[in-house]
Amino acid sequence: MSSPIRASWHVGRVASCRPETESAVRLELDVPTWPGNHAGSHLDVRLTAPDGYQATRSYSVASSGQTTRVILAVDEVPAGEVSPYLVHQLAEGDELEVHGPLGRYFVWSPAEPDRSPVQLIAGGSGVVPLFAMAAAREHEADHAEFRLLYSVRTPEDVFFAEELSALKKTIVEIVHTRRSPAGSPRPPARLTRESVADSVFPASATPRIFVCGPTPFVETIAGWLVQLGHDPTRIRTERFGGSG
Amino acid sequence: MTHLDGNALAGLFADTLGIDITAAIGKCGSCHRTFELARANAFVTAIGAVLRCAHCQGMLAVIVEKPHEVIVNLSGLAHVAMARP
Repeated sequence: MSSPIRASWHVGRVASCRPETESAVRLELDVPTWPGNHAGSHLDVRLTAPDGYQATRSYSVASSGQTTRVILAVDEVPAGEVSPYLVHQLAEGDELEVHGPLGRYFVWSPAEPDRSPVQLIAGGSGVVPLFAMAAAREHEADHAEFRLLYSVRTPEDVFFAEELSALKKTIVEIVHTRRSPAGSPRPPARLTRESVADSVFPASATPRIFVCGPTPFVETIAGWLVQLGHDPTRIRTERFGGSG
Repeated sequence: MTHLDGNALAGLFADTLGIDITAAIGKCGSCHRTFELARANAFVTAIGAVLRCAHCQGMLAVIVEKPHEVIVNLSGLAHVAMARP
């Protein structure tokens, strides 16, 4: 368990927003009172309508460490209450209420003594907290071995594509489910138990495993991992879905 | 409906009860298993959030936010152990 960083409400200002994919935006927030956060933690964004109606949603933080610059990557849930606003309406200079950092569970901290391999498995925009962990790993000279298995629909749907390809301390494998990159020898295919077994650290290496994605993805992957002999207590999951 | 992880209710628990659910161990009042509450199943709707045991689906906690009050039902939790802040 990582050391606590107390969560509270903060006001952030949008320093930059730019498209991450066709349906997602990358937001960089300046939050002067942000106490820093562990890699993998999340925050709640609260929007308040002129009539006082409030809607709150959780988003993973893509950045970590002692910084007041907080990076989010938000995928639009069509007909959602919060994400369409964040993706289409929010502009540089706008203020945003955020509550965080939240989470001492789905986080990786270099201060943890456990040096077992770390396996990250992402479905779609579930890559955000796992990217934060891999990015945090880059700053450490000597630490656990990292692998990321990332299932995504098409090459254009990849979040943090440039940053992922620049990672030196995490082996990244991207699996495309709908369309592969031009010239790829690998036809698009969903993950199977066998392909997962081929890609991830074996159970004998006793990896810590973080799985993040839509609920059905997480359920399926976690079920396979247990069938492949991984210790359920070593598997941590973060599901998302629903109301966006 | 599909569920999330207890981890997803971290903000709600911090705001309404001052509990960091991501660092709490709970005991299910129905099946008496003990587990990290971050691993429980969270069902989030517009009228409130329900936390259920991932093993027996027994209700652990219900939090309903109304305009001027918050209603909390923890009757399904036999106990909660929290890391000190």
